[in-house]
Amino acid sequence: MWGSNARETHPIFFHHVLRALKNGANLYVVDPRVTSTARFAKRHVPVRVGGDIALANAVARVILDERLENRTFIQRATADFEVYQRSLEDYTPEAAQRFTGVDPAIVREMALDFARADRAMICWTLGITEHHHAVENVWALINLALLCGHVGRYGAGVNPLRGQNNVQGGGDMGALPHKLPGFLDVEDPVARGNYERLWGATIPPEKGWTLTEMFRAMEREELRALWVIGENPAQSEADAGHVRELLSRLDHLVVQDLFLTKTAQLADVVLPACAGFAESEGTVTNSERRVQRVRRALAPPGEAKDDLWIVGEMSKRLGRDFGQPTAEQLWDEMRTHSPLHRGMSYARIEALGGIQWPCPDTDSLGASFLHGRLWEEPVRGPRAPFHSVAHTEPAEALCEEFPLRLTTGRRLSEYNTGVQSGSISSPLVRDEALELSPSDFAALGLREGDRVRVRSRRGSVTAPVRVDPGLPKGLVFLTLHQPGRVDTNLLTIEATDPRAGTAEFKAAAVAVERCE
Amino acid sequence: MREDKRRGRDGGLVQIERMIEVTIDGAKVRVPEGSTLLDACKKRGIDTPTLCFAPNLTPVNACRVCVVELDGARALVPACARTAEPSMVVHTDSERVRSARKMVLELLGSSVDMSATPNFDVWCARYDAHPERLGTPSRAPTVVDNDLFVRDYAKCMLCYKCVEACGADAQHTFAIVVSGRGAHAKIATEFDVSLPDSACVFCGNCVGVCPTNALQFRREHELRVAGEWDESSQSVTKTVCPYCGVGCVLELHVQGDEIVKVTSPSDSSVTDGMLCVKGRFGWGYTRDAK
Repeated sequence: MWGSNARETHPIFFHHVLRALKNGANLYVVDPRVTSTARFAKRHVPVRVGGDIALANAVARVILDERLENRTFIQRATADFEVYQRSLEDYTPEAAQRFTGVDPAIVREMALDFARADRAMICWTLGITEHHHAVENVWALINLALLCGHVGRYGAGVNPLRGQNNVQGGGDMGALPHKLPGFLDVEDPVARGNYERLWGATIPPEKGWTLTEMFRAMEREELRALWVIGENPAQSEADAGHVRELLSRLDHLVVQDLFLTKTAQLADVVLPACAGFAESEGTVTNSERRVQRVRRALAPPGEAKDDLWIVGEMSKRLGRDFGQPTAEQLWDEMRTHSPLHRGMSYARIEALGGIQWPCPDTDSLGASFLHGRLWEEPVRGPRAPFHSVAHTEPAEALCEEFPLRLTTGRRLSEYNTGVQSGSISSPLVRDEALELSPSDFAALGLREGDRVRVRSRRGSVTAPVRVDPGLPKGLVFLTLHQPGRVDTNLLTIEATDPRAGTAEFKAAAVAVERCE
Repeated sequence: MREDKRRGRDGGLVQIERMIEVTIDGAKVRVPEGSTLLDACKKRGIDTPTLCFAPNLTPVNACRVCVVELDGARALVPACARTAEPSMVVHTDSERVRSARKMVLELLGSSVDMSATPNFDVWCARYDAHPERLGTPSRAPTVVDNDLFVRDYAKCMLCYKCVEACGADAQHTFAIVVSGRGAHAKIATEFDVSLPDSACVFCGNCVGVCPTNALQFRREHELRVAGEWDESSQSVTKTVCPYCGVGCVLELHVQGDEIVKVTSPSDSSVTDGMLCVKGRFGWGYTRDAK
């Protein structure tokens, strides 16, 4: 587990991990904090925030030095290995320690266990992706899997654990700036042409903006109107103060949500929507690419309408009447164009309790392993490339004025900005507080019950304090769950990965002072 | 712990299932090797009463209500835990079995409040069990120490399912154990502190596996106390949890226009019937919006 506190953020996935541990699996948890996940590990690997690439490269270096790489797999199924091997020259565990903070003996142990395992997998979450070098971080982990052939077969693989119930499905259905429904490329003229004929409309031939690019476009005043569906960027985006200002400056803001969120409060028009999991029909796709049905169990309150209905009516008012198709009709339409989903009728999803893509036809279930082709003889399709990646420091360096590293995460009973989870009256929920290591707590002369002012270059908040013995010296921790109490995103930095558009929620530089 | 029989459709571990044959009430039944006698009875279409058994937990053999007679065995055997072996001859409705099940039902029914246990009345009628001839259960207090679920000790039959679900069978939280001996045995937190002060993480998996409703969701408890709990009017809708990307299957139990309980099917490959605090209790916002 790399950059993931799955015990709290993906508890039922972690049950499967626990079962593997009982069957003798070794668990390494790479995380700057000693999390509740780390307590189940054979070894906690206390990487410094932003040291993931250096650590992964050091692991690779050990594997190669010990000649434990899977030569046959590398030769048959991968590309660019030699360049990658050369790029590891400077990453002995000893040399990398400067960036990773990890004892070379632990790096060696992890490398040997990973390489010698018959089957090994790497799972990660936002600890990997909420950095300005998110994509490089992911490549660094993929390199490790390729090095040992731990991909495309039973019990192996690289797995990002999705943070929301339909992140995967939303992307699969084209809710990405470069994708059409069925995960087809918007810049592919054939795919685009098919949808143009189907919809009787012209689709812009180049990819659109990511969320972060949209905010930049608002800065340039190129983006003047925004329709926000089920998202609360006024509180969930990094550098939230700036985001709120940009949203307020728009000519027109429409927010479609269940609640009058902070974002909805800025809107010109609010469209009350249905709760996807209980008040409407459709599908969602989980982290294992399993498409499952959501169903209506409750009548929606008041004037709330199904998202589908709202989009249909909006389209009608914009001059194109698609009628009011059911979720299933839309799904079937998409299936005719998406080879990944073609075999998934609602009836079949129902009968099988969910189906994983790819599922190209209604007679079979398709391949179990997404990258199983890498083991075919000869390898079908392109070879899987190694990507040489180098260590980069977090965008914001620590300095005399901002000497502490702030990182963010989730807690078990809470979720994102608390819009949904605020209704859970779990005894585990405590008032949000800045967590500090025992040594920083002492160095700042703090006592339980004190309040502190936390400042970054972008804003400041006040918060109560708590000691977390699982934090290393120099690292402080906050969540985004209770923005009404502690507006954490006023502090975070919107330095984003240029490819993924993810902001560096995991690494801001802050100063902490006791409030008198 | 249930053995994991899932396997890839291609590559990797393919487990070959061997079939074995047993005789149940005079008829031959073929089941995959590793099946229990309970599985075999089910395949034969025989309804076997169970209380401490759950398909997603290790059998603990606590209640003995599922016992069957096995030719060649001295004692009756629990169907839920006994692995089927080739050529076994099993009787599920013999005089010995009927009398044992009757006694189990009477002992349980006279010491524990089984009024909210599904099918208990049906089984009592089937085995001519009259628990009241042995006495009536004493009232133990209901502990209400949090907003999510209550502990009605009068209904606790000490089957240990909650302990297993909280512990090594699923949750690995180990917040509850059996404390005390003999007649003083009860399910308790460490040092008997309240749940909020214990290691409990409020996943509610103990509630999900409780066979007698001794562990009850707070909303269900309120409705039952008010005399408004009406299972016959409830609908159960399968959907997917809105939190995180694991995709846990939820069964929303709806009464009127309100979700009153959330469970997960034990045969879901994603959840094995288990949920976390968000999935189990995170639906309140559908009510708050109203």
